[in-house]
Amino acid sequence: MNPKRKRRLTIVLAILVSVSVAVGLALFALKQNINLFYSPTQIVAGEAPEGARIRAGGMVVEGSVIRDTESLLVRFELTDFAQTVPVEYTGILPDLFREGQGIVAQGAVDERGVFTAVEVLAKHDENYMPPEVAEALKAAGTLPTPEPEVFNK
Amino acid sequence: MAKNKTDKNWMPRWFYQLASPRWCYDITGKLLPAFGVLALVLLLGGTVWALLFAPADYQQGNSFRIIYIHVPSAILAQSCYIMMAIAGAIGLIWKMKVADMVAKSCAPLGASLALLALATGAIWGKPTWGSWWVWDARLTSMLILLFLYLGVMALHSAIENDTTAAQSTAVLSLVGLVNIPIIKYSVEWWNTLHQPATFKLTEKPAMPPEMWLPLLVMVVGFYCFFAVSLMLRLRNEILRRERRSSWVQALAESR
Repeated sequence: MNPKRKRRLTIVLAILVSVSVAVGLALFALKQNINLFYSPTQIVAGEAPEGARIRAGGMVVEGSVIRDTESLLVRFELTDFAQTVPVEYTGILPDLFREGQGIVAQGAVDERGVFTAVEVLAKHDENYMPPEVAEALKAAGTLPTPEPEVFNK
Repeated sequence: MAKNKTDKNWMPRWFYQLASPRWCYDITGKLLPAFGVLALVLLLGGTVWALLFAPADYQQGNSFRIIYIHVPSAILAQSCYIMMAIAGAIGLIWKMKVADMVAKSCAPLGASLALLALATGAIWGKPTWGSWWVWDARLTSMLILLFLYLGVMALHSAIENDTTAAQSTAVLSLVGLVNIPIIKYSVEWWNTLHQPATFKLTEKPAMPPEMWLPLLVMVVGFYCFFAVSLMLRLRNEILRRERRSSWVQALAESR
């Protein structure tokens, strides 16, 4: 390579390296702000601001969903398999909402320690399979379930 | 002179041949029909396979089938950006006109693909998540990719001189390259609503073969379609920039 091209190559590499370092540091500094939601562990530990509008993400605990017979009020528990937070929501839930499903809820923690949600979104995992396979796996008890790390990054 | 000679040998011959707009025009003309047929067959076959024969998902039912468009367009939008940045860098370092033209031709294609990925994602997100749009790391970084493409296009059209425009956009695309690993790893680094990757290099896909085989066909089909569109744009660009050269004039007269 002639010196001119070598110098231009160095400049291009320098741009790449310096931009990566700068953006990397910025993202590292903003780590908590980029997370879409707090996990139940963080909420129980008091890391999430109390009373402020936040998002909570986790799995709906099996057998915890209680629907009010008079209204659209739903109570359930949200877990990351380490801690559990009770959630209350009034409204229509997404189709994918069910026990054992990952969700992200928007709302605030009140003084009782209950998370009052104003919006519930279903969080889909990366597993896809035909219904027959899912049923066979369920019968065998080997249906893939998310791990605590999925909600704690 | 001796120095120049070693410089020539540093890269393979075909790389230097590509630097000639005329040679590039000829070779793409020969490659076009093959890629065109391949794209048509793969996309048609893949679509039929994906829509009619692939099984439905156990949770999402038939709505999951949008991944057969969503995933290929998202993958390609990123590949296209990498290609645009590399072509831009080659243009900067080696002052190769064809590389500049490739970079310029990539931008609108990549923008359309990024837009397609975002749109299909939103359409899928509404029934699945319950929301068209969420400001999570994956969706936001993908939106930034779209804006980068639009920025590159705007910058290119704002500068009159082709060489200066190519240099400025090359620097912009190189700066934006940092976004690509962010898109890829956003779902691993941060809590996001978007699910993690179904396909990982080191693990078995979290999807049975009867679902991912049509997806693979679609991805390859998208790449072929991209190759066709890129070559068409590139050939137009070559003719436009070389319009004063004798071979283009001869070509125009022979038609």
